[in-house]
Amino acid sequence: MLSRRDLLRAAGAAMAATEASAATTARRETPGSPAGADLPPAPAPMRHDRPHDDQSAPRLPLEALTADEADLLTAIVARLIPSDANGPGAVEAGAVHYIDRALAGALSSSREAYRRGLSALERYARSSRGKPFRELAPIDQESLLIDVETGSATGSGAGFDGSSAVFFAMLRAHTWQGTFGDPFYGGNRNFIGWDLLGYPGVRTAVTPDDQRLGAVPVPMRRSAYDSDMFNKATASTPPKGAPHGDDA
Amino acid sequence: MATTLKGTDVVIIGLGAAGGIAALPLAEAGVQVIGLEAGTWLTRRDFAPDEIRNNVRDWPQAVQKANHEVPTHRLNPSAPTTRAASHPMMNGVGGTTLHYWAQSWRLNPWDFHVVSETTRRYGRSRVPAGSTVEDWPFGYDELEPYYDKVEWETGVSGKGGNIKGALDPTGNVFEGPRQRDYPMPPLRPTGFTDLMAAAARSLGWKPFAGPAQINSRTFQDRSPCMYHGFCNRGGCHVDAKNGTSVTTIPRAQKTGRFTVVTRAHVTTLDVDAKGRVSAVRYVTDGEEYIQPAKVVLLAAYTYENTRLLLLSKSPAFPNGLSNNHGQVGRHYLSHAQGGGVSALFPFNLNSWYGLPAQGTAVDEFADDNFDHGALDFIGGGNLWIYSDRRPIGAANVPTFGRAPGWGAAWKAFIKEHADRVNTAYLQKTTLPYEGNVLDLDPEVKDPLGFPVCRITADYRDNERRINTFVQDRMEQWYRAAGAVAIQRNPLGTMGPSTHSYGGTRMGDNPETNVVNRWGFSHEVPNLGVLGGSVMGTSGARNPTLTLQALAWRTADHLVKNWKGIAG
Repeated sequence: MLSRRDLLRAAGAAMAATEASAATTARRETPGSPAGADLPPAPAPMRHDRPHDDQSAPRLPLEALTADEADLLTAIVARLIPSDANGPGAVEAGAVHYIDRALAGALSSSREAYRRGLSALERYARSSRGKPFRELAPIDQESLLIDVETGSATGSGAGFDGSSAVFFAMLRAHTWQGTFGDPFYGGNRNFIGWDLLGYPGVRTAVTPDDQRLGAVPVPMRRSAYDSDMFNKATASTPPKGAPHGDDA
Repeated sequence: MATTLKGTDVVIIGLGAAGGIAALPLAEAGVQVIGLEAGTWLTRRDFAPDEIRNNVRDWPQAVQKANHEVPTHRLNPSAPTTRAASHPMMNGVGGTTLHYWAQSWRLNPWDFHVVSETTRRYGRSRVPAGSTVEDWPFGYDELEPYYDKVEWETGVSGKGGNIKGALDPTGNVFEGPRQRDYPMPPLRPTGFTDLMAAAARSLGWKPFAGPAQINSRTFQDRSPCMYHGFCNRGGCHVDAKNGTSVTTIPRAQKTGRFTVVTRAHVTTLDVDAKGRVSAVRYVTDGEEYIQPAKVVLLAAYTYENTRLLLLSKSPAFPNGLSNNHGQVGRHYLSHAQGGGVSALFPFNLNSWYGLPAQGTAVDEFADDNFDHGALDFIGGGNLWIYSDRRPIGAANVPTFGRAPGWGAAWKAFIKEHADRVNTAYLQKTTLPYEGNVLDLDPEVKDPLGFPVCRITADYRDNERRINTFVQDRMEQWYRAAGAVAIQRNPLGTMGPSTHSYGGTRMGDNPETNVVNRWGFSHEVPNLGVLGGSVMGTSGARNPTLTLQALAWRTADHLVKNWKGIAG
């Protein structure tokens, strides 16, 4: 079996080979993909011959990350789920906004891990590749991220306190949440993540026909909280001293 | 200064799967019952179809007691101790029946008699060395009336395969005889589950729809299932999932003899000079309360049942309540639920909706349903495939060596295959062993300063051999249905689990068991224990229905022997 490094290298080579014609290549459709026909028109493919920072949409005000951290994180998630011939990626989905908001709230206990991890990754880019991460070519950014993913970036020179693999796993998990989670949390903008998967969206009732082979349920483009059926509160904190017997 | 409250007949600690059941027969029989629950009431409005809240962030809408008391785990006394970030169970009225899968299996008759049946069929030497497994103090037949009661009182959908000995191959022909069918037909099939059922039949197996504590049609004036895909660690937005918070608990309240006390964080059990349990101490908002009772039913989860007993030390019980024989915490097992098998199909499965209980089972390789004469293990596993997927989970499916885990090649893979992957759930016999135990962690404490539970446990050869055998059968099944690639997932470790058993095992011998055949302590006559902690074997089944049947039986015994037990 190929190692994931081999696979990524092969994929990178394949991507480079097809890049020139990507703009004219029809978007690959999955036969039977339920949402395929309903995807918005494919955006112009990103160029991969220079570092990619998404400047196409104004950034929302940051709640936890510094501007430098957000820029670096943007460049990283652009490699994790890139924008390409298969559609927009994590940057366009707002994964960085999701992470930033979460770090100011539900994931605040990870704020310090991001501060240290991003700064360690940047140090590692300079010490191992001679350039800031954002100035590396995409293929070099990918190879660096493989080092981080596999734990090879761990060590005194790299500056990761623990295993760099732990940081990578956290980053990946949060990027996936911000790309494929409910848009209520600030990511999955324009349902980019759900469209990529072909997920037909949140329904509160599903028919037998929706579950048969070959069915193509109409995509529901809405958050779970777009109806007023559900409490949006994320935490249950009854006031101190509130009655706790059911008769009270 | 603790506030001592007015006494009551029975206090139930924990209103989850087990405690929420016991309340009903007690209150209906005229007993005054107080239920102490650490969590709060949650309703259908709290159950948004929200994968981040349900499956990623551990239910922030619930009281976080369990998540502050996550047990530590080590494989053996010389291995390092680790601690997971969150607890597999949750706090709330109804407990984990709020968000569980609701698969509602009966144990197979073999599971009650593992030692004697193995000895009879293959010889005593086939019981794995080092296992502390015992026969249950009674057989399937004795529990059958209580299985029946829970199925009909809470509402279980399914298809009986053995009704009074008459076999019906559209149900599970390997189950023990039942007095009547389920009160509701099974949850409906999907295109994918039908495909898998046909593949199983092509192999000569007898597939069937599994039982679920979920309404397949309107039942007790509650809605049928909406199949919306957020049942897995999600509460039901239409109350079609028949957890205790919508079934037995409200009915017990209607008697006027059952009081639910929420946000009651129980810390210890008190004993009197005679060594009988006299009261339960709990904390709400930093204030301590003492709730006296004639009888206490300890119905927290397995880890907390053990921990509360070990924390409740007194001159009569210096090593913890009901622990003068040193059995509290022993015979621990967590069910071998890991080791699933994932399959890649060359076509879309349309499995975006449904629920973990909507599936197809194969039972040919569970328990002792097949000849083990030439094999090197006892027991087996139930094969279960189902329709359940959410987007973040779908974006994390295995890539079968065909793509890396991120980047453009991953993206191309997931775009094509997100709806082409299925993962089977394989529940397998797990046995108790010497050395697999629960105790108190010497270092890690909860926010109140009490030590958390520590798990010392590892699977043994018998569990690992079952895993390989069952994964082989699952691969065979998937390939018969057209799968083009297979990934076998690791069995994992015996860390905190949603299926954990033992610690207060039930049995006639007080030298090896904490509670007697009725669920009452061998040492403390007015202390009962409810939950998976009394079970000595796991079978190849989700434990909830069995521990609910046992809870009903214990409550029934208490009612019939009130004077002798309550004193």
